[in-house]
Amino acid sequence: MKWCEYPGYWLGVEAIQNYGCRMFTGLGLTLQLVTISVGLGAIFGLALAIVRLYGPKPIGMIVTGYTTFFRGTPLLAQVFLVYYGGGQFRPTLETLGLWTFFRDAFFCAAFTFTLNTAAYQAEVFRGAIQSVAKGQWEAAEALGMHRFPLFLKVILPQALMVALRPLGNELVIMVKSSAVASLVTLYDLMGATRLAFARSFDLSVYFFAAALYLLIVETIRRVWDMAERRLTRHLHHA
Amino acid sequence: MEQLLLLLSWGDKGWGDELAAGAAITISLALATLPFGLAFGLVIALMHRANSKILRGIATIYTTIFRGLPELLTLYLVYFGLQIGIQKTWAAFGLPGRLDMPAFVAGMIALGLVLAAFSSEVWVGALNSISRGQREGAFALGLSKRQTFRFVILPQLFRVALPGLGNNWMVLLKETSLVSVIALPDLMFWTGRANVVTKEPFLFFGVACLIYLLFSVSSAAGLSALERRFSRGFAAGGRR
Repeated sequence: MKWCEYPGYWLGVEAIQNYGCRMFTGLGLTLQLVTISVGLGAIFGLALAIVRLYGPKPIGMIVTGYTTFFRGTPLLAQVFLVYYGGGQFRPTLETLGLWTFFRDAFFCAAFTFTLNTAAYQAEVFRGAIQSVAKGQWEAAEALGMHRFPLFLKVILPQALMVALRPLGNELVIMVKSSAVASLVTLYDLMGATRLAFARSFDLSVYFFAAALYLLIVETIRRVWDMAERRLTRHLHHA
Repeated sequence: MEQLLLLLSWGDKGWGDELAAGAAITISLALATLPFGLAFGLVIALMHRANSKILRGIATIYTTIFRGLPELLTLYLVYFGLQIGIQKTWAAFGLPGRLDMPAFVAGMIALGLVLAAFSSEVWVGALNSISRGQREGAFALGLSKRQTFRFVILPQLFRVALPGLGNNWMVLLKETSLVSVIALPDLMFWTGRANVVTKEPFLFFGVACLIYLLFSVSSAAGLSALERRFSRGFAAGGRR
């Protein structure tokens, strides 16, 4: 018996034992999707926030349009738009050499999740950067710092500390939202569970999936809390 | 181009009327869920602040579960769980035939449970923001606990809670798209159907996105108007 069959064995539920391995593989896929999209989304989101705040006005307006679109429409609709809609542009995508990318459900989901979370994270970063007091800019300028190092070494570190908590929330939201990937043929945790239920018609597989999701979400929340307390410990000193 | 417009037109050839009907279901589901979810959320919030340790424990477990589960999973659990439960009781009473769970009700319950968990956080924050003096003042005037809540706390609560509840509403509006997986003919369901028939996914999912966007943007405008209205007695706050 493989390790992934044990939980079902211990619980005495045949369906969980039979589909345990698929579900744990699915959990791996879920985590992979979330790590990729939140990681890339953070870089992209930060860039968007900076452009929005300091870039030329027309580009700033484009960024606003982008964030409004991705925050104002359901993730499910976005995933369908990319996954099914992409197929319609096959000739163009083929000439661009991007077809292998958009043909694959995993890449489509990861791509859409990245764009989606980048929009949310851009708003987080924008708020965090704006929350840094004006005096910090003035003091750094008075010391003769140039704009680029000033932003990188004075403003950004302080902004990131403010952004930590909402970013943790965003990470948790992405873990939950990633279940949508199961609707474009992917066997993430949700997809594997749907398969298990369709074949066994045993509701306990959904409860097992629920327990796994809760475990992940709570772990992230606690670890993030600890990390935040540690990183901002110099601020709490009384 | 004309062909695409024809696909979106009303009548037999176009999908315009189907999309509109779907959008109507999306909106009605969200509106039907809202009062139930908010009221239940307020109950959970009051439990969070109760003196009883057991009540507090239940409230914490409730919010932890429903904030941590993917909405899609909650939806499946409620839909299939209630379906199986109803059929078992139906059979246990020896009734003939079978009773099916309407998808609309399942969607409403699932989304309502999630909304309650998220809105309870907002309610707790709002309840905490109301100063102690308000309760003490009401007590001094001889108001009962119930009266204090109804006439002193609740009217002030909405103003503080409104921005947070507005966010909850926007999230709810987008989450309704998930009910298409339990065959409730909402906007997402009809666009999926149109895609299968016409093979024009980009057009239809694009239009669906734009309709959702329209809902979100108009909600945001409506909410800020509502916020202005609710805080009209509080010009001192700085922002009008």
